[in-house]
Amino acid sequence: MNAQHKDTERTCDLSVELSGLKLDNPIVPASGTFGFGAEFAEFYDLDILGSFSFKGTTREARFGNPTPRIAECRDGMINAVGLQNPGIEAVISQELPRMARIFHKPVVANISGFSVEDYAYCCERIDKERQVGIIEVNISCPNVKHGGMSFGTVPESAYEVTRAVKAVTTKPVYMKLSPNVTDIVSIAKACEEAGADGLTLINTLLGMRIDVKTRKPVIANTMGGFSGPAIFPVALRMVYQVAKACRIPVMGCGGVATARDVIEMMMAGATAVQTGAINLRNPYASKEIIEALPAEMAKLGITRLRDIIGVA
Amino acid sequence: MYKKGIYEIVSNEPLTASVYRMVVAGDTQYLTASGQFVNIEVPGKFLRRPISVCDYDERTITLIYKVVGEGTERMAGMKAGERLDILTGLGNGFDTTTCREQALLVGGGVGVPPLYNLARRLLAEGREVTVVLGFNTQEEIFYADEFAALGARVIVATADGSRGVKGFVTDAIRSERPAYDYVYACGPMPMLRALGGAIGDVPGQFSFEERMGCGFGGCMGCTCKTKGGNKRICREGPVLKTDEIIWE
Repeated sequence: MNAQHKDTERTCDLSVELSGLKLDNPIVPASGTFGFGAEFAEFYDLDILGSFSFKGTTREARFGNPTPRIAECRDGMINAVGLQNPGIEAVISQELPRMARIFHKPVVANISGFSVEDYAYCCERIDKERQVGIIEVNISCPNVKHGGMSFGTVPESAYEVTRAVKAVTTKPVYMKLSPNVTDIVSIAKACEEAGADGLTLINTLLGMRIDVKTRKPVIANTMGGFSGPAIFPVALRMVYQVAKACRIPVMGCGGVATARDVIEMMMAGATAVQTGAINLRNPYASKEIIEALPAEMAKLGITRLRDIIGVA
Repeated sequence: MYKKGIYEIVSNEPLTASVYRMVVAGDTQYLTASGQFVNIEVPGKFLRRPISVCDYDERTITLIYKVVGEGTERMAGMKAGERLDILTGLGNGFDTTTCREQALLVGGGVGVPPLYNLARRLLAEGREVTVVLGFNTQEEIFYADEFAALGARVIVATADGSRGVKGFVTDAIRSERPAYDYVYACGPMPMLRALGGAIGDVPGQFSFEERMGCGFGGCMGCTCKTKGGNKRICREGPVLKTDEIIWE
């Protein structure tokens, strides 16, 4: 590395802003890959992170799906955990105080639901919590009252959930979009029209594996969410399409594994970048990516990371 | 408490046609109990490979693994001197403080390895130890002599009767009638289930296996229901007390 690079590295600015919330850097471990932070706090000081999105929380406690819930893929994995979580009350009374001891920045509260009322109830409850900086609403869940079709696959349903949540909250609301749709831009626009402050995308891609010895699906639930570096190009493409079509900020998510991926995702239009499955392979991944960013920026002549958002 | 580190392979050799023993050198201070496991990054594979710890000392960890797929196949091809990225100190492991006087250790196939360090520890703590090892055939037997060398009574069962008692570990316990007042076990689910029924009210601890994402509690991939609530096999397990197990 030459002297000029070293100089750029020292003066580089990693900070970004999401709906008025300033993050020291754009790295936000994704919901479902980071628990409530405690397991990772045993490896490193979480305060290095921009923020993190905690485990998807529902109105009632959930055990989730039967095991096996995990299958490996080439450069990725499939999970069918099924939103195992202790429920919103336990998250507020137990997990948030625990998180306050290991993370001293605003967290992203990931909320899931099976009806519009569920979403509104949980978001209203979590909105009152001082530690929460952003509410992230996972609309990849089935709409139980309407045939089980996921909220995130129908623009009208996505609109309806967004409206209901916005009506009962004061904090920025980010809708987390499913990639398992024909036209992600139409869903994104429906959320934006309904008043969403931002978008997170993408959630996992529906996939499956078969154990050729037993001739049965590996996962007890047959199908699950495919994630990991293999899906990065799909995620990047969708972030690009949505960022071009919408004015609200996007948290890019899907297969990010290196500092260079982060830069690429931001060039596609992401203001912040979520790290997912890579945290499970390498518990230090998010920290290592943050630490690698300045050198990567220097190599590419970037001094302020936020300057590259959507340049592609 | 767990830790990620780089370990150097000291040796890696076959014990049977499909079971290998790998010894790695590095920091072992995060291993605190018998029956814990490590999670190994295998080049070219996305998820790590969780392998139970057979034995460990101040600077080495002994791992016995079965080649079951591409990941373990790659491990089998690794040579002394190669380096591996390993998470150590994972899982709760066996608790020896609640053991009584006469311990019965029951292992099936690749469930045998974690019982080795346990047997050593229990014998050092003054317990009488009987080990029942179950395999399919004579060719698949490993570590029977090693357990005997520790000073444990060893009973072998083979499904085809090619050595020891013909049948399963439960058949061997029935015919050999070892005296025991506490049971430790690790092996396939059908074995654990049958054993759970065979030992009646005798207390003990069983080690379970499940497909894992991370191995340290981050993904909730391996959760099971117990009488004490939901437990992650990788973190609150893999060892469960027999009185908290829900047989489904």
